Amino acid sequence: MEALLDAVYMPSVDVVAREIEGQFIIVPLAAGIGDMEDELYSLNESGLVIWNCLDGKSSLKEISSKLAEEFDAAGSVIEQDVVGLVSELLKRKMVIEIKSS
Amino acid sequence: MVDHDYVIKSNFDQHPLWSVERPFLHHLDIELTERCNNACVHCYINLPENDSEALSRELTTEMWKDILRQAAELGVLTVRFTGGEPLLRQDFTELYTFTRRLGIKVILFTNARLITADLADLFSRIPPLETIEVSVYGMHPETYDAVACSPGAYEEFHRGVNRLQDRKIPFIVKGVLLPHNQQDTAEFETWAATLPSMDSVPGYSMFFDLRGRRDSDARNRLIRRLRVDPQSGVAMITRDRAKYLKEMHQFCTRFMGPVGDRLFECGAGLAGCVDAYGRYQPCVLLRDSQLSYDLHAGSLRDALENFFPGIRQRTATNPDYLERCASCFLHGLCEQCPGKSWSEHGTLDTPVEYLCEVAHVQAVDLGLLHPGEKAWEVPDWQDRLKQMSFNLEE
Repeated sequence: MEALLDAVYMPSVDVVAREIEGQFIIVPLAAGIGDMEDELYSLNESGLVIWNCLDGKSSLKEISSKLAEEFDAAGSVIEQDVVGLVSELLKRKMVIEIKSS
Repeated sequence: MVDHDYVIKSNFDQHPLWSVERPFLHHLDIELTERCNNACVHCYINLPENDSEALSRELTTEMWKDILRQAAELGVLTVRFTGGEPLLRQDFTELYTFTRRLGIKVILFTNARLITADLADLFSRIPPLETIEVSVYGMHPETYDAVACSPGAYEEFHRGVNRLQDRKIPFIVKGVLLPHNQQDTAEFETWAATLPSMDSVPGYSMFFDLRGRRDSDARNRLIRRLRVDPQSGVAMITRDRAKYLKEMHQFCTRFMGPVGDRLFECGAGLAGCVDAYGRYQPCVLLRDSQLSYDLHAGSLRDALENFFPGIRQRTATNPDYLERCASCFLHGLCEQCPGKSWSEHGTLDTPVEYLCEVAHVQAVDLGLLHPGEKAWEVPDWQDRLKQMSFNLEE
């Protein structure tokens, strides 16, 4: 499932994000999260930066613009990273889309 | 931002947090209650289900939640809920859900009698993320109930296990080898082999520990009579010969050898067990009140930083221990430890004769000793371990 640039996402309530000894891990809470139940999920540095931006209010396009400015990087590259991460998290039901009313 | 492996998944054992460097505390055993709805003849801890004195001293829900929060802050990823029978706690569902919402996985040890439909549904919706471990005391009402001393126990266990199976909740089973249920062994293993999570023959409790609270000489006399004889016990643990030898090859070369007067070569005091009354013990076995930390007056962190390290530095002084256990290369294979010594003798450094016999039978079976030899009198033990390793590689 591909994430959409114009959509807004936030972490699912069915996962618990923890920081342990400087490492960031995502622990499934509900059934059906992730691929297998005996696996842990962690994010790389880029992934963690993006995860922290998923506030349920900003679209992925807005997040990408902000990060492109912050990291002085090409917008298209950032967009690729942001969509890539959120798509993976969506596939594993670790984030949900916030539909506008 | 050029990394493309955004989400990294790994097994628990492979994750750097636990394979390379560990958090300050990675695991915690939690004994929610010593009470049990079974009254098994061989048990080292059980108190009656309706023991009001024990119940009045048990930690409240809020106290447990505080301990669990502390554990999460220290980096704990797994908690084992055990007992007695942990499901006896009226607040079990609340504590379980609270633990899981902290991002902690739960290992549950249970007899399954109290796995209700609601609880099984909860495990389906919010899985423990670790396989539930169910102790099985017999395959028929007459054998099960004879061990558990609780009429109707088998039917409840059977219903509980069926609820787990119906919902495909992963669980394994463990047996208990007793005269009361020995005739059920073949049937038990046949059934166990059908369970999806059982990838090997089931383990058995049979080298029973004496009462952990040293609270009953009569119970201890019974437990001693019920212990399997060393020869039969070793025959049981070696019955899957190929698997046993493979495990021994890996184990013996890494973990065996004399350790001198050091008592705590195990993990005691590095993780530990919180008992039902708020005492933090170095391990689940060691219940000496002098060696446990009162969490009513302190914290998990303080125990781990300032209390347990002193315990781990203790050394043996018993001359019998120093002559035998301190020089014995079966250390690691033998289950002698301060906790077992405490249960048997009320000290940390008295050899437990039964465990010594079991270890020697195992060592003869592995070709490490000749019959009649005492392992602490063998000067060429390193050569023998190397030879055993070489033989097993072939």
